[in-house]
Amino acid sequence: MNDPLPRAAGAAAAHPAAVINLSHVYKRYPGGFEALSDVSLTIDVGEMVLITGHSGAGKSTLLKLIAAIEFASSGAVIVSGQNVAQLRPGAVPFLRRKFGIVFQDHKLLYDRNVLQNVLLPLQIAGFDTGDAVRRGRAALDKVGLLGKERALPITLSGGEQQRACIARAVVNRPAVLLADEPTGNLDEAYGHEIIDLFAAFHRVGVTVVIATHDRLIAEQLRTRAIQLVHGRVADDH
Amino acid sequence: MKAWLRDHARATADALTRLAQTPMASGLNILVIGVALSLPAGVYLVLSQLQSFTRQLTTDPQISIFLELDADARNVESIEENLRNHPDVGNYRFIPRARALAELKRSAGLSDVLDNLKQNPLPDAFVATGVDSKPETLERLRDTATKWPKVAHVQLDSEWARKLDATLRLGRTAILILGLLLSSALVAVTFNTIRLQILTRREEIEISKLIGATNPFVRRPFLYFGGLQGLAGGLMAWGVLSMAVLLLNRDLATLAALYSASFRIAGLRWDDAMSLLLFSALLGWLGAWLSVTRHLWRFEAR
Repeated sequence: MNDPLPRAAGAAAAHPAAVINLSHVYKRYPGGFEALSDVSLTIDVGEMVLITGHSGAGKSTLLKLIAAIEFASSGAVIVSGQNVAQLRPGAVPFLRRKFGIVFQDHKLLYDRNVLQNVLLPLQIAGFDTGDAVRRGRAALDKVGLLGKERALPITLSGGEQQRACIARAVVNRPAVLLADEPTGNLDEAYGHEIIDLFAAFHRVGVTVVIATHDRLIAEQLRTRAIQLVHGRVADDH
Repeated sequence: MKAWLRDHARATADALTRLAQTPMASGLNILVIGVALSLPAGVYLVLSQLQSFTRQLTTDPQISIFLELDADARNVESIEENLRNHPDVGNYRFIPRARALAELKRSAGLSDVLDNLKQNPLPDAFVATGVDSKPETLERLRDTATKWPKVAHVQLDSEWARKLDATLRLGRTAILILGLLLSSALVAVTFNTIRLQILTRREEIEISKLIGATNPFVRRPFLYFGGLQGLAGGLMAWGVLSMAVLLLNRDLATLAALYSASFRIAGLRWDDAMSLLLFSALLGWLGAWLSVTRHLWRFEAR
């Protein structure tokens, strides 16, 4: 990598395979609530990691810090060797494009159909319409929604909306997939399907980080899990 | 580069779609902008024509010296000598009363009336210009010439035109102020329209930013919307003006015919019309830019 953005010395250099590295990260919100306290962790390229913990433990906050949606109060968040806090505001969108994000509440746009929703990241990245549609269809095919490309999101079930959100997250072939409670509102069978999808992306080399409080996922995936308790790393195995 | 062009095309298409989606609201906005612009533009049009008219009159300021009716050749000679020797006089010419009458008959169409007169009512006259075009020079000359023997009346021909010109300049300043006020109204209209759009498209902006949209990407459709709406308002103003000129000229023609004269208002020239369109598009763009920039920071990461 030879990008001109600020690079972090120390931790990242010592760990060349790290795609995400947090050291002594604190996040305090106005009013004094401390969502994260002294969090240090490293996630390597191609790893699949679960962030577990009770609700309010700081899982979502952790994902937001990684994707530069929010910034740490202190400590360093380093993504692909770039210290997020030192990015110019203009560089932040380009950092975000490295991630595919699956939101807890899907964040689909209800005034346009499924395909148009999936095309949004490609329009942002400046793809030609023909290429974009080809890629969008491929992404919908992967999540099993090809037949629903003209449907409006409101007509989809919860599981289908979640899959549409996943298709949008992967359509630009991101290096890292971040998912916040992807099975939150789904029944067990749907949940299994979604987790299988993530496992499939992991097998083709995508780094996957899933925040969840769902024990079933942990049992199904049997992979590294970082447990947060009241904003601190309680367990990492 | 291709991606950049594609993005601009997308933003233009998006803006046009949104203009067309709400025809009533867009139409009213465009009407407001058009009316706001056509007022100062219309007055500017009339004023600039009057001004170019008075400029023609004031290009050669001159002074007319009318002699008394009983002045004879010797008096004329002495005044001519005075003029020749006066340091303030540039050029002068003598207009004998007979020629003045002939000219009047020819130019004003009053030959019937004048033919009935028993004697020539016009005096001999000199018309002189100053060595320079300063008003004081001619004023000084007027004051001296009034005291010469057999001079009945001295008139500074340029004076009324100067007064008119000064009045018009006052009018132009007033128009400038009016224009500035109405331009800011245009910016405000656009600002508010865009603000409402941002509120209804809040989710789209938020999500786009979350998945890596840059601020220019988010801003662009709104800027095009503001610019296009301004441009349409400018076209509307142009249309309103052309229509007004057309209607006024029809009535003016009737009026002018009664005075056996011809006077008409010329429509907006092409270059002025282009400036109007460019100006209104720029103002719309500016209003949109202010609005989007004002509202975008809310979606920034903390």
